[in-house]
Amino acid sequence: MIAAQDLRKTYGPTLVLDGVSFALARGQCLALLGPNGAGKTTLLRLLATLLRPTAGALQIAGVDALREPERVRPLLGVVAHGSYVYEDLTARENLRFWCRLYGIDAGSVDEALDRVGLGRDANTRVAGFSQGMRQRVAVARALLRRAELLLLDEPYAGLDDTAKETVDGLIAETGGRGSTVILATHDRTRGAGAHRTIYVDGGRIVPDPTDPALGPAPRPAGAAE
Amino acid sequence: MTFARQTLAVAGKDVRIEVRGRYGAGTALPFAATVLIAFGLALGPGRTLLQATAPGLLWIAMLFAAVLSFRRAFEAEGEDGALEGLLLAPVDKAAVFLGKAAAVALQLLVLEAAIVLMVSALFDLAFGGDVLVWMAALVLGTIGLAAVGSLFGVLAESPRAREAVFPLLVLPLVTPILLAGVRATTLAIDGLGSQAGSWLGLMLAFDVVFVAAGTIVFEYLMED
Repeated sequence: MIAAQDLRKTYGPTLVLDGVSFALARGQCLALLGPNGAGKTTLLRLLATLLRPTAGALQIAGVDALREPERVRPLLGVVAHGSYVYEDLTARENLRFWCRLYGIDAGSVDEALDRVGLGRDANTRVAGFSQGMRQRVAVARALLRRAELLLLDEPYAGLDDTAKETVDGLIAETGGRGSTVILATHDRTRGAGAHRTIYVDGGRIVPDPTDPALGPAPRPAGAAE
Repeated sequence: MTFARQTLAVAGKDVRIEVRGRYGAGTALPFAATVLIAFGLALGPGRTLLQATAPGLLWIAMLFAAVLSFRRAFEAEGEDGALEGLLLAPVDKAAVFLGKAAAVALQLLVLEAAIVLMVSALFDLAFGGDVLVWMAALVLGTIGLAAVGSLFGVLAESPRAREAVFPLLVLPLVTPILLAGVRATTLAIDGLGSQAGSWLGLMLAFDVVFVAAGTIVFEYLMED
């Protein structure tokens, strides 16, 4: 499903990703672990075609994602740091708008909002929502779609335990229907069901420092904090 | 989903945001009223001078109201990364451009109606003459302003760029619309609408160029 080859990303003199390569088969779930500032978000944004790498190659579902991002984007479901909501619209209006853009039947909007615990707040403007509630709207949006590749960037941020369980349910559902999931998180208590785990630090894939069989991974010279 | 439905979805969303927030009514109209009153006081009570300058003041007030409206239209896209969501969505990005431009144009037309009433009341100016000609000038000017604002608004999506860069980009570009709009409106109000053809033609050409440019390049401007 994904073949990333030697992905590099620099911002001016700052090296953010340094030669990240990995492959992931369809239907697999990959947990992308690492501390804050490790480069997880940058890697996920590259995979979401929201950023272009400075160097490297990226294939998603057999498509060159760097040359033809517009062919890859319809396959993606993304829960990012931003929740992609409009503050002056209600939660229901936001989801109905996205349903129209994606050509999804809006009849399941209320069910999705119920699942993330926002059923009572469906007609409340998002401007009055906390960050956690906005994140729930983003999760509800992901629930509405049957994305072939679901990219989740710190999806548990700001969520209570019930909503975290909903995210876990979303991951299980997506994997259950044969789609691929990449979950970036610094929370080691999550992503236990992932088929694979990659540990990122300093913009590189490194051995997991908590693996008792290994010593601590050295920080690559010149890599970003 | 057809191109037209995509355009309508984006336009409908923007109009709903505007109606909900009343940003135009809350900021652009008071600003336009202040500009008109300030100029009215500066020019004094001479009816002839006020009437001679009214078309120019009308367009200046419209331009300032338009700049405020553009900024708000893209502020909403900056909230919580919504523009990224639009980029990822399987919609034609030209439809996003046209939808946003249509929503801004609709909003501007409402604001312009209010500004025309203000100018008429403050300067005791009857907007008679060749009514169709000055109305055509307003509509063509609105389309041009909305196209330029929507095209460059996406570049100024970040708050810092919006404050600093957006007026620098947009104001020089819309000078032809401002100039042609003032001339066509003046001629129409004076009953010389038949002589305004070349100015209206210039506005139409401007509209065609910027609407076409927007539909072609907006996708590339949305990319990081």
